[in-house]
Amino acid sequence: MKAKTHAEEAAAFIKDDARTHWHDETLWHVRSNRDRSAQGIPEWETLRDTASATKNYVLSHLGELLEQFEANAKANGVEVLWARDDKEHNEHVYRILQENKVSNIVKSKSILTEECGLNHYLEKKGYDVVDTDLGERIIQFAKQTPSHIVLPAIHLKKQDIGEIFHDHIGTKKGASDPNYLTEAARQHLRKKFVEANAAITGVNFGIAETGGFVVCTNEGNADMGTHLADVHIACMGIEKLIPRAADLGVFLRLLARSATGQSITNYSSHFHRPAKGKKLYIILVDNGRTAQLGREDFKNSLKCIRCGACMNTCPIYRRSGGHSYNYTVPGPIGSILSPGRDLKQYSTLPFASTLCGSCSDVCPVKINIHEQLYKWRQVITENTNVDKSKQLSMKVAGMTFGKPVLYDLAGKMARTALKITPKSLVYSSLNVWGKHRDLPEVPKESFKEWFKKNRKQ
Amino acid sequence: MRVGLFIPCYVDQFYPGAAQATLELLEKYGMDVVYPLSQTCCGQPMANSGYERYGKASSELFLENFGEFEYIVAPSGSCTLHVKDHVLPKTAEAPKIYELCEFLTDILKVDHVDASFPYKVGFHSSCHGLRGLRLAKCSERMDEEFNKPLSLLSKVKGIEMVELDRKDECCGFGGTFAVAEEAVSVTMGNDRIADHQRNGVEVLTGADMSCLMHMQGLLKRQKSPIKVMHIAEILNGNDVMDREV
Amino acid sequence: MTSKESILAAIKNNKPEASSLPDLLSFPEEDHLIERYEKGLTGNGGKLKVVDTLAEVEAFVKENYSNDQLIASLVDEVKGNVDVHKISDPHDLEHVELAILKGALGVSENGAIWMPEKNIVHRVLPFIAQHLIIVIHEETLLTNMHQAYEKVQVAADGYGVFIAGPSKTADIEQSLVIGAHGPRSLTVFLLKKQG
Repeated sequence: MKAKTHAEEAAAFIKDDARTHWHDETLWHVRSNRDRSAQGIPEWETLRDTASATKNYVLSHLGELLEQFEANAKANGVEVLWARDDKEHNEHVYRILQENKVSNIVKSKSILTEECGLNHYLEKKGYDVVDTDLGERIIQFAKQTPSHIVLPAIHLKKQDIGEIFHDHIGTKKGASDPNYLTEAARQHLRKKFVEANAAITGVNFGIAETGGFVVCTNEGNADMGTHLADVHIACMGIEKLIPRAADLGVFLRLLARSATGQSITNYSSHFHRPAKGKKLYIILVDNGRTAQLGREDFKNSLKCIRCGACMNTCPIYRRSGGHSYNYTVPGPIGSILSPGRDLKQYSTLPFASTLCGSCSDVCPVKINIHEQLYKWRQVITENTNVDKSKQLSMKVAGMTFGKPVLYDLAGKMARTALKITPKSLVYSSLNVWGKHRDLPEVPKESFKEWFKKNRKQ
Repeated sequence: MRVGLFIPCYVDQFYPGAAQATLELLEKYGMDVVYPLSQTCCGQPMANSGYERYGKASSELFLENFGEFEYIVAPSGSCTLHVKDHVLPKTAEAPKIYELCEFLTDILKVDHVDASFPYKVGFHSSCHGLRGLRLAKCSERMDEEFNKPLSLLSKVKGIEMVELDRKDECCGFGGTFAVAEEAVSVTMGNDRIADHQRNGVEVLTGADMSCLMHMQGLLKRQKSPIKVMHIAEILNGNDVMDREV
Repeated sequence: MTSKESILAAIKNNKPEASSLPDLLSFPEEDHLIERYEKGLTGNGGKLKVVDTLAEVEAFVKENYSNDQLIASLVDEVKGNVDVHKISDPHDLEHVELAILKGALGVSENGAIWMPEKNIVHRVLPFIAQHLIIVIHEETLLTNMHQAYEKVQVAADGYGVFIAGPSKTADIEQSLVIGAHGPRSLTVFLLKKQG
């Protein structure tokens, strides 16, 4: 069955007008919180410039920094593994779990592990992976994928979550009070933390200078998991490095403010050495990142620190929802990462945009997202099976606009046709523009015609 | 001062009033305006659809028509941006293209506007002009406040600028996006005009006729009394009654 | 070729043009640090109490907690009833009601407190307790995170954490709930400069 285009998914989402407006308002509110928070930092744009330059440095020195990171981590007693792709990443995790005779696993938020399909892989091997971030646990119960990288359950209303919790953890039927539901989740997950012998986390920032890494949460779930379990497996995309510990000053000032407007997440945990008697593993994952690094026009997408600000600001994302992108990372950043993974499958994503540029201006590391969307469009029409009639009409348009006489004639014909064709035909079901909009009034002459008549010497 | 006037293709065909107002306005400020008759389109519709390679002929024609000018002025933020980024050579000797408002504020540094417009006006901050040409400080960035189009409108007698709930959210036109993602495009446009309606706007204006065409289409379908005019028409002293609704 | 070798080779092959590493940033120190700190902390859901002596912390604990609740204190001046140093398995801290810990420094822009491992003994302690009290000294208050990273040696301890508030979540329809998986409250006692 042919994959649905973004436009088809978006149209289905938008059918529920009330829910679309609710989704849009909710995420606009997050964007507004970000604005208010950033306004309080007079040096905000300097921070962005610095973060961007720091990540540019990282990408241009990635090999050396990774080797420095690995050497320092190893000296700290951490085992470092490398994975070429999602398959190898999953196999590493499985082997570690087997070697350590792990029976109970908790996992805190890691978009990388979503990207690798880790939960699904481990479940097939007989493991039950408990996602401990509240939003992730909700969608895990609901057998859904996250619709936002920071707010995974943003598409669900509290009534939906109440139903999900009633089915899975026995909360009262019809209960939807967030305090009540969160308390129930607290009790349920506390048991899981206490029983876990392995904790899997993501990595927000890997510090090359020290071999350590930082995990940021508000719930404290990454820490509840890792400090009680005997084994900590940290999964990290190779691009998540920063050169020096002091660079965290810039990135931790930008991350939470860009994501939700908070000044910092309540917990910013710095891991360097395993606790006594315990084991710490870091898995460095490529999975298409080195390929993207080699794409001159698109390598800057690797600067991403996964804050989600671009999703919150995107007027299309807010009105179509994260699932409409059908990719682990949705929204503007997802639309410039995914074509690098599979040009054909994700070919409609760079077109799910008006190129308004808001995403680029909220990006804390100044990724030129809207310019990359434009550039992917050129690559896509040249390399995939496009709509032949659209391609032809573009070619004809190009030719017509190259010849003044043709252009003038085509314009006149279009205006005449519109003027004389009955409205019922003009606004037939074939006229997509005309479904919900009127066409412009036809003026009695074009500007050029008026100019020739009234002004030409 | 001699300037080349570039009129976007859809303005030429469907909104000659906005083009005429642009011409008259520039002449009022003493410009010697030249309108090359062989001009057609900047090539943006093809380029944004992924077919910039089919825009070569229109780019060459543009350079043929406008290569001799030091200043090119266009009543459109998006066409100006496209020409700047993708058509004109990036050399010191190459012509420079300006959107109308930024030409008036930055090059002519006008200090007066001979117009009266006693209406409640909502300004639509078109995206390419805003975040591409930096016609104003956008809400995303934390810079000093500035707004070139509004600085001009504020000089119009009797005008009442209305503050919107979302200052600079995209209207959803986006070129072929308006048709390819019709559902989202229409929802975005309706949300924009609802903002203007909620806040009591009588006349909706902006610097890009493409955005205005999209919102006007939605307003007319809703049978809304809100009028739509290009900023050139207001600055030129056209009355809202001059425009056919 | 190992995976490491193949990844490094791919990077070498695809390496973008070199760009330079920016210098570390620094900004002028602000004044009214306590007021700023309070704003940062309460913005994250925490509570601040400015005190002249640590006896006030002890008094607060006596007033709000009873002796049949487990209280783990690593602040000498505040008596607890759990000997944290004697515990070998962090799971034994599961029923701690209140943990009282010393913070190394405070950051006024966001309410954050640096807690190195040596100040918490068991890494899980500041998370597993139902409530958390942290004591910081006014002299250690800094303006921003850049200053914090000048002062903190992140790799000196095997683990360290910036704690800026109680455990919280807004994952259910963006409604803020304090007390997700970690402590239900964070009360920071700021000891004023002596003399």
